[in-house]
Amino acid sequence: MRPIFARLARDVPAMLGLGIVVFVLLLAVLGPWIAPYPGDASASHLLRRLKPPSLDYPFGTDNLGRDIFSRVILGARGALQIALAVVVASMLIGVPLGLLAGYRSGWLSETIMRITDVVLAIPQLVLALALAQLLSPSLESAMLALSLTYWPFFTRIVYAETRRLSGSLFVDALRGVGAGTSRIVFLHILPNALSPVIVRATIGLGFTILVAAVLGFLGMGATPPAPDWGLAIAESRTYLPKAWWYAAFPGVAILITVMGFNLLGDGLRDLVDPRIRRSR
Amino acid sequence: MLRFVLRRCALVLPSLLGLLVVTFLLIHAVPSDPAVAMAGDAATPEQIAHLRQQYGLDRPMWEQFGLYLGKVASFDFGESAFSHRPVALDIVQRLPATLELTFASLLLSVLIGVPLGVVAALKHNSWPDYALRIFSVLGVAVAAFWFAIMLQFLFSMTLGWLPLRGDLSATMSRPPVVTGFLLLDSLIAGRWDAFGDAVRHLFLPAVTLALGGLATIVRFTRSGVLDTLQHDFVLYERAVGYSRSRLVWIYVLRNSLTATVTQIGLLFGGLIAGGVVVEAIFDWPGIGSYTVQAILTGDRQVMLAVTLLVGAVYAMVNILVDVVHGLLDPRLMGRA
Amino acid sequence: MIPLLKIDGLKVSIRTDDGMAQVLDDIGLTLERGRILGVVGESGCGKSTLIRAVMGILPKAAAVEGGHIWFDGENLLVFSEAELNTRIRSSGIGFIPQDPLQALNPVFKVGTQLLETMRRHAPDDGSRGRDRQRRHVARLVDLLRRMQVPDPETALERYPHQFSGGQRQRLLIAAALACSPTLLIADEPTTALDVTTQHQILLLLRELVGEFGLSLLFVTHDFGVVAELCDDLCVIYAGQTVEAGTVQAVLQAPSHPYTRALLACHPDRATSFVGIPGLVPSPLARPAGCQFADRCGEALPRCRTSSPLPVKTRSGANVRCVQYA
Repeated sequence: MRPIFARLARDVPAMLGLGIVVFVLLLAVLGPWIAPYPGDASASHLLRRLKPPSLDYPFGTDNLGRDIFSRVILGARGALQIALAVVVASMLIGVPLGLLAGYRSGWLSETIMRITDVVLAIPQLVLALALAQLLSPSLESAMLALSLTYWPFFTRIVYAETRRLSGSLFVDALRGVGAGTSRIVFLHILPNALSPVIVRATIGLGFTILVAAVLGFLGMGATPPAPDWGLAIAESRTYLPKAWWYAAFPGVAILITVMGFNLLGDGLRDLVDPRIRRSR
Repeated sequence: MLRFVLRRCALVLPSLLGLLVVTFLLIHAVPSDPAVAMAGDAATPEQIAHLRQQYGLDRPMWEQFGLYLGKVASFDFGESAFSHRPVALDIVQRLPATLELTFASLLLSVLIGVPLGVVAALKHNSWPDYALRIFSVLGVAVAAFWFAIMLQFLFSMTLGWLPLRGDLSATMSRPPVVTGFLLLDSLIAGRWDAFGDAVRHLFLPAVTLALGGLATIVRFTRSGVLDTLQHDFVLYERAVGYSRSRLVWIYVLRNSLTATVTQIGLLFGGLIAGGVVVEAIFDWPGIGSYTVQAILTGDRQVMLAVTLLVGAVYAMVNILVDVVHGLLDPRLMGRA
Repeated sequence: MIPLLKIDGLKVSIRTDDGMAQVLDDIGLTLERGRILGVVGESGCGKSTLIRAVMGILPKAAAVEGGHIWFDGENLLVFSEAELNTRIRSSGIGFIPQDPLQALNPVFKVGTQLLETMRRHAPDDGSRGRDRQRRHVARLVDLLRRMQVPDPETALERYPHQFSGGQRQRLLIAAALACSPTLLIADEPTTALDVTTQHQILLLLRELVGEFGLSLLFVTHDFGVVAELCDDLCVIYAGQTVEAGTVQAVLQAPSHPYTRALLACHPDRATSFVGIPGLVPSPLARPAGCQFADRCGEALPRCRTSSPLPVKTRSGANVRCVQYA
């Protein structure tokens, strides 16, 4: 394990990504203690509406006089919660299906992979929007919709890895010495398939934050007065061009967070996939 | 060649059938009663029962699926609850605007992205490469809807250089509809003023939509070229004295484009999805803003039709990608 | 008359993640006109770097630290990239690559690739445009026929994957001859082929050298091939020329302990296969003294301290070994 961390530590962009991810995680956990006006998650102060950035309000205030800096910090928790929930749920659906389809063959495996293909063939956002709307718009339906559309990515990866590994010599050898199917799958194949899954999950976290922000922006996710980044940008549109800060800073928060996960994910992938590593 | 294409088409059929099943299940596996939803909040039980009968919702599942297939085959997607017009008609009218926007942004991202990717690969591990890598990370991480709003703020509201929304100025009379594509129709009518105005309207949405694709294309072209440069034939071509520019831009690039073409295919889906939000922000009269309208008003018929359309377009793009692969790499054609 | 190709004191190092690698460290060789010179060495001894240095296609991380590469009396090392391209590559030195399966661009027709070279490097015969292109096609078809490529007329319209390995090597030899060079450099052109094809290709090369009045620099790890094909021989070990002379002289009376050990390894000559114990010293950490000392059965204490220089032996060969100093 050590050389892997040593190699990751030499990859400057990946370390930058790791730094951002840790920073955002800290904000998510400690947000209410860090934010200068933690009460602004819900309170409103109509006397100080739409103030430009200043020392008191570094990112300015919004249409209800709330400190945008505080709300951006407080928004980290919601964004990460949604992303984590969606990615974990997708893994719980996708990984077992991938193992099943990859290790067994026959109609079940075929069916799973066909469904995977079909779901992957529809752009995730469109399908998620349709689902979220059919489930009646709310944060929970948004998360459910995102999970129901993201799992095929994991199935595809795990399937490919399982296929590769179950044809490999060491699994043949395990079968030869009489190891049981579940033992082979969970103790030998799963750990080997894990690294691409972790890479995908890292990138998936960033991606989900982005898509969840779109849902929030369209009013299909978080509901006011939640300090949601996407929602804030949607609300800010009415106050442009006067209050540019209202729209700008939540967007920067999304940008930096997603970039952090992508950089880290790319770095991890370079470690895992030697073919790509060579070309860097 | 023809056999190759037909074979690819045949391979897509199961996916299309699956798509029909998924969209069908979307209506029926959802906990809420579609008839209730269609009728609206103020409907009486009789109205709901009538609707149920009208749409065959009281029949068994498989029979309903048969009905559904029949309707799809005859392009009958029902009526939009919002516009009270046939969904198919709305879509046909709005499709050209979306295609125009999609192709414009695809063109932008390919024409800029491929050369930038090649340069990044050639300047591997020097500052242009680093700059482009940072750019491609940013381009993928940026939220398109936010970027669109920032562009509007800067170029329309503050600088006043480009129009804020729509596809044509309100003061500009529309050229007669021939193809439905505004740019083409302006040209056919010889209306240069309308053409210029339409291009100005197209600019910001196309740039917004192109950004993510541009980043992806730079990235995959770069790694494709880096990969190709490792091959023995590049060394051979240098040893026998190919000119540097022809070696890179013709002989290496063509080998590297397979990965890029796959990405362009995948991007197409991304562009359609991204277009949903971008169209809504720029009031672009295409499928995307139609979808958002449908979502906001709970118009299920429209959403299903759009999902089906997008899935079908995506499948066709995949066929196209395979064909282009075959053209780029003759070895694939022989195997098919 | 000056030799066609003469390399002396060539030193090349390559920057790697783990430090500087001294890949070539005093290479010297001479190729007289009309002759075939075999360059022999184990893998990793610097053969490929030597070829890349002559063709001017060293990797970016490589630096030439000393020496000369005289081609027809001119030092190629001072040539610019553009000069190499216009005056040397293809038109002066034809190149036959190691692996015919990998050397052709898979997505272009064979004809497109061969004509690309001819368009720039074929000698000017006064014809222009379409006329010139037609002449090039005609010459290629003639050459392909001479190389016994089946259906030479249609071969140019096919893709590389539609040819077998041996056929592709014939295509590449035709390509190397197409622009009428005076020197051919062949980089282990037969290792990727089966034994029968290998033999045919060697025979063909031998004939072509006489027929076209060429000189051939043939790089290989295989003494058997050298014995079959070459007039002269140059043995390389750890980036240095350790022995050079006529094939006859060296094979009859090998002087350097390394040459003797290599010949003993060769299954054609030895009754039993004997490997040379030990490893080639890493180019990252060249030992002091003779590079072969650690593996040499005849090493003396001074072999590890003083670096020997090449000297002439009684048989007429040049040898780098303290025994002869």
